[in-house]
Amino acid sequence: MRQFIVRRLAISALVLLGVSIMLYALARSMPADYVTLSTSTLQKITQEQKDQLRKIYGLDKGLVGGYWDWLLNAARGDLGTSLVFARPVTEIIGKYMPITFTVSAIALFFELLFGIPLGILAARRRNTSVDYAITAFVFIGISMPSFFLAAMLKRALGYYGLNLLPTAGMLNARVIYRSFTFAKALDYIQHLIMPISVFVIINVGIWLRYTRANMIDALSSDYVRTARAKGVPERRVVYSHAFRNTLIPTVTLLGGQLPALFSGAIITENLFGIQGLGNIALTASTMADIPYLMGFNMFLAVCTVLGYLISDILYAVVDPRIRLS
Amino acid sequence: MENISLADALQPASFHEETDEGSRLFLTPWQMVARRFFSNRMALFGMAVLIVIALFSFAGPLFYAYSESELFYIDKETGEELRTTGDSARLATSTLASLQKPSLRHILGTNRLGQDMLARLMYGGRVSLLVGFVVVFVELLLGILLGGLAGYYRGLVDSVIMRVVDIISSIPLIPLMLIMSSLLITLQISTQHKIYVTMFILGALYWTGVSRMVRGSILSLREMEFMQAADATGIRASNKIFHHLIPNMLPNLIVLATLDLGGIILLESTLSFLGVGVGAPYASWGNMVSTVNDSEIMQHFPHVWVAPGICILIVVLAFNFVGDGLRDATDPRMKGR
Repeated sequence: MRQFIVRRLAISALVLLGVSIMLYALARSMPADYVTLSTSTLQKITQEQKDQLRKIYGLDKGLVGGYWDWLLNAARGDLGTSLVFARPVTEIIGKYMPITFTVSAIALFFELLFGIPLGILAARRRNTSVDYAITAFVFIGISMPSFFLAAMLKRALGYYGLNLLPTAGMLNARVIYRSFTFAKALDYIQHLIMPISVFVIINVGIWLRYTRANMIDALSSDYVRTARAKGVPERRVVYSHAFRNTLIPTVTLLGGQLPALFSGAIITENLFGIQGLGNIALTASTMADIPYLMGFNMFLAVCTVLGYLISDILYAVVDPRIRLS
Repeated sequence: MENISLADALQPASFHEETDEGSRLFLTPWQMVARRFFSNRMALFGMAVLIVIALFSFAGPLFYAYSESELFYIDKETGEELRTTGDSARLATSTLASLQKPSLRHILGTNRLGQDMLARLMYGGRVSLLVGFVVVFVELLLGILLGGLAGYYRGLVDSVIMRVVDIISSIPLIPLMLIMSSLLITLQISTQHKIYVTMFILGALYWTGVSRMVRGSILSLREMEFMQAADATGIRASNKIFHHLIPNMLPNLIVLATLDLGGIILLESTLSFLGVGVGAPYASWGNMVSTVNDSEIMQHFPHVWVAPGICILIVVLAFNFVGDGLRDATDPRMKGR
């Protein structure tokens, strides 16, 4: 086990190194750099001043030299200073990550809350109209473009429709809350209903289908037949015997998803004006903010790699039959 | 005729009603797959939808009078609609027929630029389907080749290829495409060529799933008795690959490719929505939905943005139905999962 983890960590480090080289090469080959973009409206600026700025921002070094500097600093935990936001990248990520994480974690909670019980229901009522209705809903969710769903929700429930819910931001900008009161919490909830609904409608299908498939397997297994033959009540058969065994693969999948909670969803955050990591990355990439883009994208890559690692390890931890080698 | 009478003797009466295909006693594996597939109503529905959409997008423009980029004008005095092919003196004094409500002339109305929405919907469908098929072709080509090499030769080749796979699948896709897009703009690649470049970039990023699957199946197939028998007969490597390995992987590959088609169309529409994929003057369902960012259009002109959104949903849904049906048909153990 330890040997497996050590080897996987070594491979992960190698993979991340490869990712960082590719990302840096791409980001630096963006033709218009930050100096060009941010000074494009200044007519009086001279080439000398531009070169001076490039030197300050560290854009004067070549591809290899620039990457080497970035790598050495990153190894020490310093991801540089964002050009657009003029703050250390680690500070920006630290500041906006809680927002992204909270929103995704609430969404994940509701996905599981709906996905698992509905998956069990669909498996118990397999090939009935209940099962077909649930399956149809799952397919629509999987196939739905998130931006279209967001637009429809905004049109139907937002200002131009029923005017029930705010369509952008996290809090009502016209109200100043002096402390965290019930009214403030309510304001947050109102702002988050639509974005979280988008996440849930699109992602609930993954959990639902997974639970359903595993429950069908479990319900047709020998130990369930034995339990039924012994006269164990159906509730106990379903929830204690069958469902507990489906938790093994579900926990594995869940573990793999955890790091993704920090990375958020760029599109949904952007459409609902949530100031999360993804939304900021969209601004950064239009302004060729290389330090932030590198920091953010590497952060995403680390999350992805960690996700694979966690799900592989959990796979062995929760199921003793699996040996890692 | 002999085997039909044998079938008559052995099969239950209800089979007599079926076609020749259905009443034959012995079916090849592929016939069995086809039979299971065509008895799946959801998959058939998906198939029918795809055929209709393909006809609508590829044959539709041949029978439809307007093109995707044609602008329509309205004569200010008479209120009469003018086409650009008409009298240029009158065009000079007229205004764009922008945001017309659906009417007999324009069944789905016009957009802000005064272009016919139905025509744009057809051309947008062309783009979506074309992107889907080209990207899947590229991913299959790269994925089978590299996954095949990794699984067949193992050792160092395998390690190197699989690390590349790991690296590519850890790169965040949408930020990468944003960078790519600004790169393409400055390289001054025309919008038309940008579509093709985007397709190849997506293909070059999407093949990792295929290669993982191909490598995995080759590794498990190698252990099978029939592969040992093939090794023992000393046939050429190419024969082993093309006659024994690939036919055994084909069902899984077809399923994966079908499901990927839906995923890629969804991704292309998202990229076009962000302004990264297919851009004006070319129509794409994604960039048509992006007009919703204009609050006037969102509020008053749902015909401009709802129809393309529904088209994306329907096509992706259809590919998912067909993919799921194919999976059930090729692997009966998976049925209903």
